[in-house]
Amino acid sequence: MTAAEAKELQLKEKQEIASPAEQTRPGLVFTPDVDIFETEKEITLLADIPGVKSDDLSIDLRDNVLTLLGEITPADTSNEEMLLVEYQTGKYYRQFTLSEVIDQNKIDAKLDDGVLRLTLPKVEKATPKKITVKAG
Amino acid sequence: MIFRRIPSTPSFGFRSPWSELERMQREMDSLFGRFSEAYPQISAGVFPAINLSEDADNYYVRAELPGVKADNLDIQATGNSLSIAGERKIAAESDEVRYHRRERDAGQFSRMVGLPGDIDTQKVDAKLDCGILTVKVPKAEAAKPRQISVS
Repeated sequence: MTAAEAKELQLKEKQEIASPAEQTRPGLVFTPDVDIFETEKEITLLADIPGVKSDDLSIDLRDNVLTLLGEITPADTSNEEMLLVEYQTGKYYRQFTLSEVIDQNKIDAKLDDGVLRLTLPKVEKATPKKITVKAG
Repeated sequence: MIFRRIPSTPSFGFRSPWSELERMQREMDSLFGRFSEAYPQISAGVFPAINLSEDADNYYVRAELPGVKADNLDIQATGNSLSIAGERKIAAESDEVRYHRRERDAGQFSRMVGLPGDIDTQKVDAKLDCGILTVKVPKAEAAKPRQISVS
């Protein structure tokens, strides 16, 4: 077992943000934690959005601005009495500006166990091409 | 220090230093009528954060565990406490990737949740859906409230 595997997970408070626009339905909005990495061909984004079902997630890419909005259906606790509340639930919202040109048709999104994996392929012309020089 | 425990107070065995504070905060909140709309958010500071609630028959323990597989979760019930342990793994990406942001953490976690009353350890039911763990813990027969009819 490596040191990284044995690491204890630390509690991070969910980051609440002021809602991006005035909402018709009141509720809390949180910033999801993300990993973003890039290869020559694509940009991949991973986001922790527990409680969001694939139908309730909207991913929007417009003018190089990527917007993630995940709605949640809160668990029905109307008949329960809360004894301890350590976390709150609400929407997830986050926006990124992308510096690369993305091939909109090939965007791929997968949602698994509350983790979104979004693959944003760069358009062909942005991919560096190796040009072989033939000896004449 | 004078430390007095009111017998009817639910006791959270393992977090006793905080439970008294939490109880006081809850009482203050209910005095000011804030309880129904916003619950106090005092955390034990241990991953995962949990929400604990009860109805007449069960306790419900909920936690947000995105990216944790059911296979990597170990939940055990004893007496009047529940232990939630596990590991969150993040698969390594290929060496070619350049990271721009790394906010998500991987690692092991383990937490003990003291429940206010005795539980039926045989019938504990745990579900993991979209990264949210819900553990339904039935109360022991003796701990359930009993309706008493007045004749």
